[in-house]
Amino acid sequence: MGFLSNLINGISLGSIYAVIALGYTMVYGIAKMLNFAHGDVIMIGAYVVYLTSVKAGLPPVLAVVIAMVACTILGITIEKVAYKPLRKATSLAVLITAIGVSYFLQNIALVIFGANPINFTSVVNVPVIKLFDGQIVISGEASTAIVVSVVIVIALSLFIKKTKSGKAMLAVSEDKGAAQLMGVNVNRTISLTFAIGSALAAIAGALLCSAYPILSNTTGAMPGIKAFVAAVFGGIGSIPGAMIGGILIGVIEILGKAYISTQLADAIVFGVLILVLMFKPTGILGKKINEKV
Amino acid sequence: MAMLEVKSLSINFGGLRAVDEVSMKIEKGELYGLIGPNGAGKTTFFNLLTGVYKPTSGTIMLDGKNITGKNTIDINRAGIARTFQNIRLFKDLSVLDNVKSGLHSQYKYSTLEGVFRLPRYFKKEKEMDKKAMELLKVFDLDKEAALPASGLPYGKQRKLEIARALATNPKLLLLDEPAAGMNPHETAELMETIRFVRDNFDMTILLIEHDMSLVSVICEKLTVLNFGQLLCGGKTSDVLANPEVITAYLGE
Amino acid sequence: MKNKTKTIKPYTKQSFITYGILIAAFAVTLILVETGSISFMLQSLLVPLCVYAILAVSLNLTVGILGELSLGQAGFMCIGAYTGALFSILMQEAIPESAIRFPLALLIGGVCAAIFGILIGIPVLRLRGDYLAMVTLAFGEIIKNICGALYLGKDSEGFHASLDSASDMGLAPDGKVLINGALGLNGTPKDSTFIIAFIALFITVIIAYNFVNSRTGRAVMSIRDNRIAAESIGLNITKYKLITFGLTAFLAGVAGVIYSHNFATLQAVKFDYNMSILILVFVVLGGIGSIRGSVIAAVVLTLIPELLRETIGQYRMLFYAVILIAMMLLTANTKFKSKLTAYMSKLKGLVVKEKKGEVK
Repeated sequence: MGFLSNLINGISLGSIYAVIALGYTMVYGIAKMLNFAHGDVIMIGAYVVYLTSVKAGLPPVLAVVIAMVACTILGITIEKVAYKPLRKATSLAVLITAIGVSYFLQNIALVIFGANPINFTSVVNVPVIKLFDGQIVISGEASTAIVVSVVIVIALSLFIKKTKSGKAMLAVSEDKGAAQLMGVNVNRTISLTFAIGSALAAIAGALLCSAYPILSNTTGAMPGIKAFVAAVFGGIGSIPGAMIGGILIGVIEILGKAYISTQLADAIVFGVLILVLMFKPTGILGKKINEKV
Repeated sequence: MAMLEVKSLSINFGGLRAVDEVSMKIEKGELYGLIGPNGAGKTTFFNLLTGVYKPTSGTIMLDGKNITGKNTIDINRAGIARTFQNIRLFKDLSVLDNVKSGLHSQYKYSTLEGVFRLPRYFKKEKEMDKKAMELLKVFDLDKEAALPASGLPYGKQRKLEIARALATNPKLLLLDEPAAGMNPHETAELMETIRFVRDNFDMTILLIEHDMSLVSVICEKLTVLNFGQLLCGGKTSDVLANPEVITAYLGE
Repeated sequence: MKNKTKTIKPYTKQSFITYGILIAAFAVTLILVETGSISFMLQSLLVPLCVYAILAVSLNLTVGILGELSLGQAGFMCIGAYTGALFSILMQEAIPESAIRFPLALLIGGVCAAIFGILIGIPVLRLRGDYLAMVTLAFGEIIKNICGALYLGKDSEGFHASLDSASDMGLAPDGKVLINGALGLNGTPKDSTFIIAFIALFITVIIAYNFVNSRTGRAVMSIRDNRIAAESIGLNITKYKLITFGLTAFLAGVAGVIYSHNFATLQAVKFDYNMSILILVFVVLGGIGSIRGSVIAAVVLTLIPELLRETIGQYRMLFYAVILIAMMLLTANTKFKSKLTAYMSKLKGLVVKEKKGEVK
């Protein structure tokens, strides 16, 4: 029963990673860049939720919506100011800029909210589920995270398959130049990608801090990096891949903590990244890219 | 023995057969042209010769040695050097250092000897400088030796790429559209240089070119590719008079 | 457009200017210390300054010369710090003379870090760009986590280790705990002095310049500028990437040893990826590929926030972040660059016109 409990916890944490990983994977697929600052957008989202729901007393759903709007604006602004001017620059330059943005967000949060971590009050109001006469307890936060992430993945997949904007995203990720020639507005598509990724980050922030109720300016950094691991694991650019990768990473982390070592759980997750990149750099559902001579 | 002997070389990309059963024989000291319409598989053929792609079938013999399926580095060491259609220089290195990079495998000293400035460092660097300047002089680039390669005008960049390829001391030199983007004056000058290289470096040269005036003047023999297949090959005058070749170029 | 490009300056000249600056700065600092003109707080910064400068120069070899982004610098530093400190603690009785023991510790720390660098490099260096950066970050974090979980003790039967707890080692009562998990190492001899740290920095800078300006350095930069062309002239990509990566790790390891011998205690948490990113900030702000710039940036960016601690304090990292973004936008953006040149020539045009006006 203990194992089953851990497994459920892992799936729930993994669902949050999956929501974050979606942001990475979409941006990587479409803008061909690693948005290192994505994890910090989560942190900003969590602060907004904290301010609106805990401080201002707004209903949780409204608080999350406000956070989504705030993060969307933030994400689009970051893209316009920092990334768009570098679209033709080397990946080294873009990555360093992204690291700069990540640092900027962390430290602006430090200046505004201070260095002391905040005790976050859960915004999830879902009853606890008890199974097997209470031997397995699934918290409202855990079940919500799982349900929300499944809904998001399905909605996003439908969006990309069925809508014009979604198809434009697919086209840009395949071949930016050709998409432009076919009349796709590449800039708008990239902005939309950042907007969606950032809005999802806000949801992830609310879920993450509801489940692990400590919020500080570095809250987003580690989950961000782990979600990147998840995105790579699942195959970068693939939406179902992000979901599979996220859940696997969450389960590996929680089981690692429970059965191997609390200290080494992170090391195990990073070990997975290294193994995946060594033996199957395209991930579970990714595809290969060749360089032209 | 032929310098280069290619037998029924093929490569498939998925369902597409980009090079299909192509054979070719180049004697030592020949100046040989490879022509064909766009998309005929000429650059792919070069990439096969230099190990960028591994052939699906067929053999490549260089000076009697089988080099089929070897990697780029080993093929260069075996004696094939090349230039690229879209110039690939070391743009942030000086013109001199671009050529010295080409000399890398012939003038050796270890990393530690370099870091601690041991005597062999000074000796070898001096020899490399001398050799590199000689090469630059051939291409009239010696005055620009200290410039970054990206600072050269287009025509000179093409020449520098040839100089760098020659620095590796090859037996066979592959030139991928050496006259692309040059004006008639530069092209004429390039033709002189290519002849000079062949005569003075005892070189065998295979070149891809679109400029028919260049090909017809300097190449002794030609091979024509069309849709990845060998259309015909032989003496330049014969090939250019072949009605099939004319059709391939001008359409029906 | 005129075709007057700046010629590439010879490295010998560049390097000797840097050596001169370093020696002058060293002499001035020594005089200030001897005459008691600088505060105790500043004096305590001298060794860390050298450590950061070594780290920045070493990372610049990978980022600037090889052109690959490594975020694992703190991990190599950690290995150097741990192995060097462990050596010193164990050898404190066998080699009481620190003038002999410490250089050995430096060498051992550097070599251990280099071995790790090469072991990591073999699988990792096939990857490029973003993936390489993330994998090096991952390795750095793994090293930090393992070092933070490591217990090592020694008793009459030899060494005992555990990744679980101190009691798990099964140490005899006479045994001594050497590495105590998250608490790290305790009792490292404080062998690091400003003079030794400076000498290490000076040698690092010489090595870096000589490396860049050698057959190997040329090969590495060729690979950076155009991998496909480098292969076509017979350069062994993997070999030269590994050499560079190994050298970077070696120098970072040496910096780690100096760092660990500057304090009596040492904890692995110090070597998290924020440290790696801080070093990257120095490299970027000093100018990617510029060895002198790395040293200057490391010194200035460590010194200024400390001097202005009262006033800027928590804004320090914010300030770095803004400069980092601004630097990249200014240097890597082609559109901005061409706009700037156009603007400059316009400006020149205006000046010329005005002069003409004056003549009239």
